[in-house]
Amino acid sequence: MADPMRIRATAKDGVADVRVLMAHEMETGQRKDASGKTVPAWHITEVTASLNGKQVLVAHWGPAVSKNPYLQFKIKGAKPGDKVSVSWVDNKGDKRTDEATVG
Amino acid sequence: MNRSRRKTLQAAGGLGLYGTLVALGLLPAGEAAAQAITPAAWQTKSIADTLKALGVSAPADSKDIVINSPDIAENGAVVPVGIKSNLPKTEFMALMVEKNPNPLAGAYTLLEGAEADVNMRIKMGQSSDVFALVKADGKFYMTKKEIKVTLGGCGG
Repeated sequence: MADPMRIRATAKDGVADVRVLMAHEMETGQRKDASGKTVPAWHITEVTASLNGKQVLVAHWGPAVSKNPYLQFKIKGAKPGDKVSVSWVDNKGDKRTDEATVG
Repeated sequence: MNRSRRKTLQAAGGLGLYGTLVALGLLPAGEAAAQAITPAAWQTKSIADTLKALGVSAPADSKDIVINSPDIAENGAVVPVGIKSNLPKTEFMALMVEKNPNPLAGAYTLLEGAEADVNMRIKMGQSSDVFALVKADGKFYMTKKEIKVTLGGCGG
């Protein structure tokens, strides 16, 4: 199981600003190791975000997203106390879901 | 993603039926509204091919899309890039880096409640034009910005 994400969500004027930091290697599949073998690609392929259980954003990622990916997005109509949940799936089938409360 | 269901729907005549099923509440709207990202779209080598793989032809230039990034990035492994669209009914946004091995970096489907303002960090092998593709109200728009990289991020 991968390390937890860090999610921070703050509401201002009815819009929640959500910042997510995921812990992931995001290996591109382009690099070679010391012995000249290609390091296989290993990256997050899909990220979904929900507000109070209702999906608001679906992201599809390629290997060009940086290591330990950072994602920031905004949700309209979110109030303090609402639950924001973020999940990701990587190309090896590993997945992780974390939740935060809008503050 | 349920592949067999997808194929069945495609075979059954694509969007028309899909829309009906969503309207009837038989399918979750989220998945149905998502822009299809074919695996081929991640493998293409040029912007033109990527657009083709996404099923987009000749997107219009738009000044209402803003690429939010530094003009010069010191470290190509971590380039902060944001896309903001001021077009009404923006439903999909994608980011492409022309000179990366595969241009498509990330694609975002905005469902009800999400604002057209997304920030992320990407890797860039070298200085390049970065393209933001936006789908708003059923039409595609695109804009570009050059980002200079002083230290590449794709090498070993």
